[in-house]
Amino acid sequence: MSSEDIQETNTEAQFEFKKEEHSAFEAEKGLDEETIRVISEDKDEPEWMLERRLRALKLWQELPMPDWGPDLSEVEVDEIVPYIRPDIDVRGGVEEWEDLPEEIQDTFDKLGIPEAEKEALSGVGAQYESEIVYQNMQERWEDKGVIFCDMDKAVQEHEEIVREHFMTSAVPPSDNKFAALHGAIWSGGSFVYIPENTTVEMPVQAYFRMNSEGMGQFEHTLIIAEEGSEVHYIEGCSAPKYSEFNLHSGGVEVFVGENAHVQYSTVQNWSRSTYNLNTKRALVEREGTMEWVSGSMGSKVTMLYPSSVLKGPGATDNHITIAMAGEGQDIDTGAKVYHNAPRTSSSIESKSISKDGGRTNYRGLVHIADGAENSSTAVECDALMFDNESTSDTMPYMEINESKVDVAHEATVGKIGDEDVFYLQSRGLDDDDAKQMIVAGFIEPITEELPIEYAVELNRLIELEMEGSLG
Amino acid sequence: MVAGHPAYEVTGGSVTLELDGDEFEAAEADEWELLELEPNERAALGIFLGFQYPVEIEGVTMVNFLRTALNAKLDEREELFEEEESEDEPADATNEDAAGYDTAPMEGGEEGEVGVAEFQQILQEKMELLDMDESFASRYLNVGFSGGEKKQNEVLQAAILEPEITVLDEIDSGLDIDRLQDVADGINALRDKQGAGILQITHYQRILDYVEPDHVHVMLDGEIAKSGGPELAEQLEDEGYEFVREEAHAA
Repeated sequence: MSSEDIQETNTEAQFEFKKEEHSAFEAEKGLDEETIRVISEDKDEPEWMLERRLRALKLWQELPMPDWGPDLSEVEVDEIVPYIRPDIDVRGGVEEWEDLPEEIQDTFDKLGIPEAEKEALSGVGAQYESEIVYQNMQERWEDKGVIFCDMDKAVQEHEEIVREHFMTSAVPPSDNKFAALHGAIWSGGSFVYIPENTTVEMPVQAYFRMNSEGMGQFEHTLIIAEEGSEVHYIEGCSAPKYSEFNLHSGGVEVFVGENAHVQYSTVQNWSRSTYNLNTKRALVEREGTMEWVSGSMGSKVTMLYPSSVLKGPGATDNHITIAMAGEGQDIDTGAKVYHNAPRTSSSIESKSISKDGGRTNYRGLVHIADGAENSSTAVECDALMFDNESTSDTMPYMEINESKVDVAHEATVGKIGDEDVFYLQSRGLDDDDAKQMIVAGFIEPITEELPIEYAVELNRLIELEMEGSLG
Repeated sequence: MVAGHPAYEVTGGSVTLELDGDEFEAAEADEWELLELEPNERAALGIFLGFQYPVEIEGVTMVNFLRTALNAKLDEREELFEEEESEDEPADATNEDAAGYDTAPMEGGEEGEVGVAEFQQILQEKMELLDMDESFASRYLNVGFSGGEKKQNEVLQAAILEPEITVLDEIDSGLDIDRLQDVADGINALRDKQGAGILQITHYQRILDYVEPDHVHVMLDGEIAKSGGPELAEQLEDEGYEFVREEAHAA
């Protein structure tokens, strides 16, 4: 067995293991004002945060379920456990992996996080259930004023800046029903602050792990990149397989300052019992650049449409989206871009793969406001299907209210060709490997733009997904 | 059909591959019923089909594809021969011979795999032989290749996979004269250096000026109407197919 094989085998085991549930505090199932108060009190939050939670709760109760997109009728929020504090006595996370309880340490070891930290990351945050349990960043960034900490800790220690940005202008709870739910019971997540003209060369990574059956994870990520700064934030997610459903409803807010550059990369490999309903939005100032890179492999249902509001002239958005749906999966992903200023540009590349009756859908919106002169957008979505049972849809909406703009849209849908598979087979590859090679080739234009470790990880996940059902 | 295209249904007959020679001594002139095997298993046994119109595969580089194919072939080969071995003979009797099956066409890389660096070298050699530019290695498989380049690529693949039997379907169509020479050199090398049996299907005499056939068969209405040596090809070039047709009808 080559070393490459060994690695893959390890990865295969990586996501499926489950641990005994160990928790210090578990909220009652369901959601009411009392639950919110208990969570807020347990976190020792300032009054304004409790008020925001309660306002969001009210919106959750009032807002209708989305009447579009995947079927959410099985989402019974009253059946989930919204908050589980793992059984460790350190708030804000420990700084040494060794200080974590063995089972939790073991979980992240298997996911390869400590190893990645040593090799390629500026900082790591790891969330287990509802709380960040590990948080560390290299000292040299701290010295430059970079902040990378647990969101709960940020509420305490960087109160003013959080109060100004937290679910106010980027993702207000009124945005949609699940943003409201998130606002009511959010817990954990990362706070990232990059001071002016600071470039964090290596990525910072957060890893979110849901280990308990029937729980909900609602982490909140807030990234503020001041003028001329640069950062790459990576998020990974997984959960073991359970029969009872889990709900993940994360909120991400990114503030890209003038001339700043933020890349937000996420690979989710939630278990097939997870509903993954997120709201992610970036506000981009003059000449700033926001890049969203998303790989959606796992979950039962995913609804994910990272959006960028290009506020300042010359602001840029890039979206790269890869979605893969197998049996019983409905992966509804896309992008939203609002061109609200002149000379703004966006590019959206989406690749989706569906097989064994799975469904992928690209759902996108590009809005160019009146007066956003000389803006441009290019949207390209390609879908690859394995069989006639699988589905792939494309819904690229465009709202163009300005005439001096450049708009391009391309879409392709194809089925894996028997001729292609036969050609590779006739050269010695077996059926699975032939298909895998075609899929790897299909997403190659995207993976070649990614940082190498990330591209490798993504390819490995896709290989695993394919082995799972084809093997 | 010999290679196992899924669109063809075999309604009768059989295709048997006999392997003998030192390389297969341990397998004792094994006979393989090809129709029962998957296309990749047939490839592993040494069947190679040179396509007339090879498909283009986006995003897969030549070097990645060729190395993967070679390793897959070696791997499958080992499996096939091991399976056969355990079916036919008691396990302990064959253990000693097992090493004999592992007749990789080239020195293996780590654990029987041909490694990246080693493969680069093999590829470079074979590409030089076919007078192919190095840049081919990093291009996507057949994507944007000219007709001639695709044909060269088919022969390159055969040169790397070292098949026992190579079927070349109209490998000479669409080739200009220089390219024809390169392709012919490649085919000759396959035959003379690698000892492959080659079935070459063509409409033209031209390539036969460069690749001298041992046997010539004329297909007419789905049957072999006439067989002969290289002189038959020359006669066809001079006189056309008409005399074959007449002979066949007379019979």
